[in-house]
Amino acid sequence: MNDEYKRGLRRGLPIGLGYITVSIAFGIMAVSGGISVWNTIMISMTNLTSAGQFAGAGLIISGAPLYEIAITTLVINIRYLLMSFSVLQKLKMPIPVWKRLIFGFGITDETFTLAVLEKDELTFEFMMGLITLPYIGWALGTVVGALLTNMLPLSVQKCLAIALYAMFIALIIPATKRSKEVTFVVAVAVVSSIILKFLPISSGFSIIICAVFAAALGAKMFPKEVEE
Amino acid sequence: MINKVALAITIMAVVTYLTRVLPLILFKEKIKSNFIKSFLHYIPYTVLAAMTFPQILFSTPSIYSGVAGLVVALVLAFFEMGLVTVATGAVIAVLLVQYFI
Repeated sequence: MNDEYKRGLRRGLPIGLGYITVSIAFGIMAVSGGISVWNTIMISMTNLTSAGQFAGAGLIISGAPLYEIAITTLVINIRYLLMSFSVLQKLKMPIPVWKRLIFGFGITDETFTLAVLEKDELTFEFMMGLITLPYIGWALGTVVGALLTNMLPLSVQKCLAIALYAMFIALIIPATKRSKEVTFVVAVAVVSSIILKFLPISSGFSIIICAVFAAALGAKMFPKEVEE
Repeated sequence: MINKVALAITIMAVVTYLTRVLPLILFKEKIKSNFIKSFLHYIPYTVLAAMTFPQILFSTPSIYSGVAGLVVALVLAFFEMGLVTVATGAVIAVLLVQYFI
């Protein structure tokens, strides 16, 4: 096995382990919400992203139209543009486009963070090693979560839907503790989302309007130099 | 009949994939705009916040268990207990309230 690939595998191992628990939760959330076991596993294997596929699954469950699912997925994953761009700056060129198209699939918040923290330039083999175990962990956890849920009684399954929102809260609150700016944009998003609830706007659109408005307001008022 | 869920999953996968690989094959210059950088930094949090509120309150069989789950999730998240612990705590709170009402 290529040394660079092995080095990548070692770096990716803790991410893969961490992904197992989160994807178990995803599997439980999606299946308890009414998505089939097979479709739930397909989401994880084709998306490999936490917030984006949690959001997408939530919209599928609520029966949102396809264009709302597309726009929400785009908005929530738009940060990957920046991350991939940072990774690009660190690649040990030349790497042919088709190889970039392969490892690009595995760029997540976590693999991105480890990749840009590397001291050396990034090779294709290292990137492939880095994303291998996170991918396996993500898929495996989803299978476990999806199958577990089908064994639970329906009355219990109905109480699991909150798991999705609880995880969102777990992602948001620690960030607000560390940054007043994030607290501000989150507050704006929450208040505007509650206000729009009373207007005849579909929930998918309401999410996009509130999120873009709050983030734009924050970027206008606090255009701080953000670390990449 | 076209399976709408399969179509939705395909759309999610394609959109997600494009956000990841387009910069790897297209971009040549650095993003300089502080506004865009800050916007990209804030957007994941605002999307999650707008998705959670107020929907979390109506995600359970009754609003009482929704409120209980929300409060437990907020407290556990404040003490940075991790995704799975926060989710499990909220679900347990909901199950308990549903059991007693």
